Amino acid sequence: MSEQEKIVPACFALSSDPDGDDCVLTLRLCGPWLLSEKRPELSDILASVDIARYTSIRFDVEHLEEWDTGLLIFIRACQDWASENDLSCELDGLPEGVQNLVRLSLAIPKNTNRLETKARSWLLGLGEHSLGFWGAIEGFFAFLGELTLDFFELLRGRAQLRREDFFYLLQSTGPMALPIVSLLSFLTGLIIAFIGVIQLQKFAADIYVADLVGLATTRELGAVMAGVIMAGRTGAAFAAQIGSMKVNEEIDALTTFGISPMQFLVLPRVLALVLMMPLLCACADFVSILGGMVVAIAISDVGVVQYVNQVDNAVALSDFLVGLFKSVVFGVIIAVSGCYRGLNSGKDATAVGLATTSAVVTAITWIVVADAIFAVLFQMIGI
Amino acid sequence: MEGSQDKITVQNLTMAYGDYVVMNDLNFTVKRGEVKIIMGGSGCGKSTLLKHMIGLEQSSKGDIYYDGDRFEPEQSSGDAFCRRFGVLFQSGALWSSMTVAQNIALPLEQYTGLSTPEIEQVVEFKLSLVGLGGFGHRYPSELSGGMRKRAGLARAIALDPQILFFDEPSAGLDPLSSRRLDDLILELRDALGATVIVVTHELASIFAIADSALFLDAETKTLLCDGNPNELVNDPEIDPKVRNFLKRGELALENSDGAND
Repeated sequence: MSEQEKIVPACFALSSDPDGDDCVLTLRLCGPWLLSEKRPELSDILASVDIARYTSIRFDVEHLEEWDTGLLIFIRACQDWASENDLSCELDGLPEGVQNLVRLSLAIPKNTNRLETKARSWLLGLGEHSLGFWGAIEGFFAFLGELTLDFFELLRGRAQLRREDFFYLLQSTGPMALPIVSLLSFLTGLIIAFIGVIQLQKFAADIYVADLVGLATTRELGAVMAGVIMAGRTGAAFAAQIGSMKVNEEIDALTTFGISPMQFLVLPRVLALVLMMPLLCACADFVSILGGMVVAIAISDVGVVQYVNQVDNAVALSDFLVGLFKSVVFGVIIAVSGCYRGLNSGKDATAVGLATTSAVVTAITWIVVADAIFAVLFQMIGI
Repeated sequence: MEGSQDKITVQNLTMAYGDYVVMNDLNFTVKRGEVKIIMGGSGCGKSTLLKHMIGLEQSSKGDIYYDGDRFEPEQSSGDAFCRRFGVLFQSGALWSSMTVAQNIALPLEQYTGLSTPEIEQVVEFKLSLVGLGGFGHRYPSELSGGMRKRAGLARAIALDPQILFFDEPSAGLDPLSSRRLDDLILELRDALGATVIVVTHELASIFAIADSALFLDAETKTLLCDGNPNELVNDPEIDPKVRNFLKRGELALENSDGAND
C-alpha cells in the first residue's frame, strides 16, 4: 500500500475567493466524503480562520469524489454555524443531490417548543406527586369497591362471567401451578429440616425436627411460598394479559358492548385464585413435611413412623387452618394486584412490562406485610 | 319532523386530556342513514372524538344526544344503549383468548335469549357476510390483518346495531381489501338502515362512501367544515386547509408554484 493510493477526505479553507472577493470564505472539499472515512471537523478548519473578515461561505467541490451522509452532516454543520454567526451559506457549488437534501432538511424548522422538559418548580412536582398519590389510592379503593359489588352481583347470579374462561383460569392457576409449587415446597422442607437436624443433634433432640418442619410449614411457609410463587407466576400473567388486552383495545371493545371488564376479566381471575390458593397451600404443606422427612430419615435416627407421629402431635388442626386462611388472603392480594396493575397499564409495550413488574412487587410486598399483621393478630387472639 | 332526521347531535363538545385541550366546542349532527366521515390530519383528535361518541372518554364540556336522548356513558351500561352501537376498532380488537366465532357469539349470549344452535347460525351468517365463512374456529392470532378487521366488523354487526362506528377501517389494508371494506360499509348501511360514522384520512374512501364529512383542524382545535367532500373540494368558500387536504396537498403546490413564478 503506497501512501499515494489512499486519498482521505479533506477540507481546505481558502481565505480568498478565486473571483477575488475577499469577504467570501471558500471551503475546498477533496476526496471521498463518506461516513466510513475519517472526516475533518468543522471546528478544526475554522480554528485557523479569522471569522470576522467574512460575510459568506462557499463550497468548492472540484476535487470531491464520492459522498454520502458524511458530507451532508458537514454541510449542515457549516450552515448552522453560518446562521449563528450571521454569515450566508451558498450551496450553489455543491452537487445537486447534496443541495436538495440539505434544503429538504431545512424545509421544516426544528421544534424548539420543549413544554415537557422545561424547568419546573420542585414545589409543582411535589404537589403533582402528592395529588397523584391520593388519586392512586382513591382509584385502588374504587377498584376494590367495584370488585366487591360485582362479587355480590355474581352471588345473585347476574354477573357477566364466562364459564369456559373461568374453568380455564381454574386449570391454569391450580393444576398447572402444582408442579412448581410442589418442587419448591419440597426443597424448602428439605432445607428447614437440614438446618434443624444439625442444630437439634447437639442436644440429641433430633425428633423435634418434625415439630419444626410441621409448624413452620403449616403456619407460615406453605402459604408464603405458594403466595410468592403464584405472585411471580400468575399475578404477573394476569397483569400482562389484561395489560396487553388494553393495548390491543380489547378492553374498549368489551366496554362498548356493555360488558364490564371487572366482571368479565377481574372477577373470574380473583375467584379462581382464591379457590386454588388453599388447595395449593395444602399441597405445599404436605410436600414440605415430606421433604423434611426425607432429611430426618437420611441424616438422623428418626424413623418414618416416629416422624409422622411427631408431626401429628405437634401440628394442631388450627395451625393448618391458619395457613389455609392466610393463603386465601394471599390469593386475593395476588389476583387483585395483578388485575389492578393490568387494567391501569398504559398503552404500549413498555407500560405492560412496568405493569407486570409492579404487579409482582406489589403482591409480594403485601404478602409479607399481611403475614406480619397476621402473626401479631393470631398471637393476640391466641391461635 | 326535522328533529327525527337527526340520529346523533353533538353540542358544544370540548375534548381534553387533563389541561390539554384536543378540540374546542364541536357542534354537528349526523342524519339517520347517512355515512359521516370524520377526517383530519394525524393526531388531530379524530379517534378521540369517536371515543367520546361511544362513551370511552368523558367530555370535559358539552353533550351528545342520540335520537334526542342525552348520552351519559356512566349510566348507560344497560342493554338499550350498547345494542345501538357497533364499533370496529383500528386493529379489530378481537378478544384474543376466544375463537372468532366465540368473539361474535359473546354479545349475542349477553343480550339475546337465543339458544346455542341459533347463535351458531347467526355467527356463521355474520361471518359469511364479511367473507369469512368457515373461519369461526380460528383464533384471532391465526388471521391476517385484513381478516381480523373483517372479523371485527362481523362482531360489530352481531346485534344489528343502528349506528356503526369505524376507526380507521382502511389503515394497514391493501387497496383491494380497503375497497372491499368500503363496499361492505355501504351495503351494510343500505341493508341495515344503519347510520355510519367513519374516522379516516384515506381520500379514496372519503370520496367513495361519504355522504358528508367533518374536518377537524389540529391548529385551531375546531371543526372547519361539514359537508359532502365532492362539493367541499371545489367550493372556493371552504377553508383552503380542507381543500388542500382533500386534494392531497396539490393546492399548496399550485400556490407555491404560482408564488415562485
